[in-house]
Amino acid sequence: MCGIVGLFFKARAPSPMLGPLLAGMLREMGERGPDSTGFAVYGDDAPPGGFKASLRAPDANYDWPAFSAAIETAFPLRGPLRSYGSHAVVTIAAAHEELHAWLVQHRPDIAIFGFGGRIEVFKDVGLPDAVTGRFGLRQRAGTHALGHTRMATESAITTEHSHPFATGIDLCLVHNGSLSNHNRLRRNLQREGIRFLTDNDSEVASGYLTWRLSQGLSLKEALEAALGDLDGFYTFAVGTGDGFAILRDPIACKPAILAETDEWVAMASEYRAIATLPGAADADIWEPRPATVYSWQRQ
Amino acid sequence: MIEIDLAKSSVRELNQRLHRLNPGNNEPSWRVLNPNGAHAIAVGITVPIDIEIRGHVGYYCAGMNAAAKVVIAGHAGTGVAENIMSGVVRVRGNAAQSAAASGRGGLVVIDGDASARCGISMKGVEIVVAGSVGHMSAFMGQAGTLVVCGDAEPDLGDSIYEAEIFVAGKVASLGADCIEKALDDAAVARVATLLEGAGVAADAAYFRRYGSARRLYNFHIDHAAEY
Repeated sequence: MCGIVGLFFKARAPSPMLGPLLAGMLREMGERGPDSTGFAVYGDDAPPGGFKASLRAPDANYDWPAFSAAIETAFPLRGPLRSYGSHAVVTIAAAHEELHAWLVQHRPDIAIFGFGGRIEVFKDVGLPDAVTGRFGLRQRAGTHALGHTRMATESAITTEHSHPFATGIDLCLVHNGSLSNHNRLRRNLQREGIRFLTDNDSEVASGYLTWRLSQGLSLKEALEAALGDLDGFYTFAVGTGDGFAILRDPIACKPAILAETDEWVAMASEYRAIATLPGAADADIWEPRPATVYSWQRQ
Repeated sequence: MIEIDLAKSSVRELNQRLHRLNPGNNEPSWRVLNPNGAHAIAVGITVPIDIEIRGHVGYYCAGMNAAAKVVIAGHAGTGVAENIMSGVVRVRGNAAQSAAASGRGGLVVIDGDASARCGISMKGVEIVVAGSVGHMSAFMGQAGTLVVCGDAEPDLGDSIYEAEIFVAGKVASLGADCIEKALDDAAVARVATLLEGAGVAADAAYFRRYGSARRLYNFHIDHAAEY
């Protein structure tokens, strides 16, 4: 069992309500996944030429000012580094590959949890209120966000194994379920140049979508292709820079509820997470059908 | 009328009050407010009382119900009225998967649509769905009746035993060992009685009847390949 939530505002401007509302939804899903909590927030656009990198250090007392000074010698910073204990967000004028290569050489203990023009990713072992408090989710504005509470089944309980998994530019995925063909798929995707941080099955689903999108498919087309290539049980929620999508496997035994108003689209494993949102009582509410892609794109 | 606001008291407090009721009690009418998707609301009631729940409920609402009439004025999560023994459970909105699972008796009415596996392993319950049902409904149904006024998604009645299914709309596909059967006058009368009892308006003559071919659960050497 795991809990997944997603909230997508239809308006283009980032809203300060995104963080507090997502934190409230995650709290409701704590019982479904008490092992770890994670979230991805799509906030302000990075300045032109810059990318936001969500970084994770091995401990909460990491010397981020020293890190900032060091990385600035390699790449121009487009704003001050923001640190949150073990996590930090740095906005730099560097491609993902360049940053990765620099970290491997100079800071091999730092992992990239997310990378793109808008995405910021935070995840850690612990219950929702502890993790969202640790990383200041309630103070965060944005246009859309995904969250996950994990009850581990097939791989270890660590920060790295927590969701969301962000393997591509501004792409991230949260998953409730388990995949059975992830080892073979991971090997195939590695040959295509997709990089993985863990042996987790859900990370392979994220990597698969990254690969499909790199072939020029739309998010909807990539998810439709996943129906044929991923074997197992899943409800996925997926975020991109300006999009949001949901997919359940053809058997659909992992729960999912969708709700929509004029202002927002919300997805959760259970209605009680959606009940916390303003306007939930009057929202259109339905259970997404099996093997059917639901997607929203901001114009 | 006793009103319980779940914004102020817990589901456990509500259920304990309901479980303490004796037959012939003088508290026959209840209303529950602000369910907000909470699980296991009004489960295990054994006395003939009326309960209206105003809002959407989570998992297993009115599970194991005996004798009570429970009306959910909203949508219901997974397993509404699972293992119902008797009485009536009505969902005014839609029901998520496994509605009335394993029900042994009583009546379950869904005014909207029911999702996948509606009536899975049903053992005597009567189910009337005014809308449509999801895939694998009445899976391994042993006894009872499922009446669907709308459509049925794939694999209806898979591995069915002696439950009976009536569908007015389109059936996407039948599951293993489920076949269409003749709709005789007695069957039409039975559907009409069920619809009337459920308060659902539909013409019983337009339903089609489905049930077990009895090839899967009676071992026969000629069918060995199917087992």
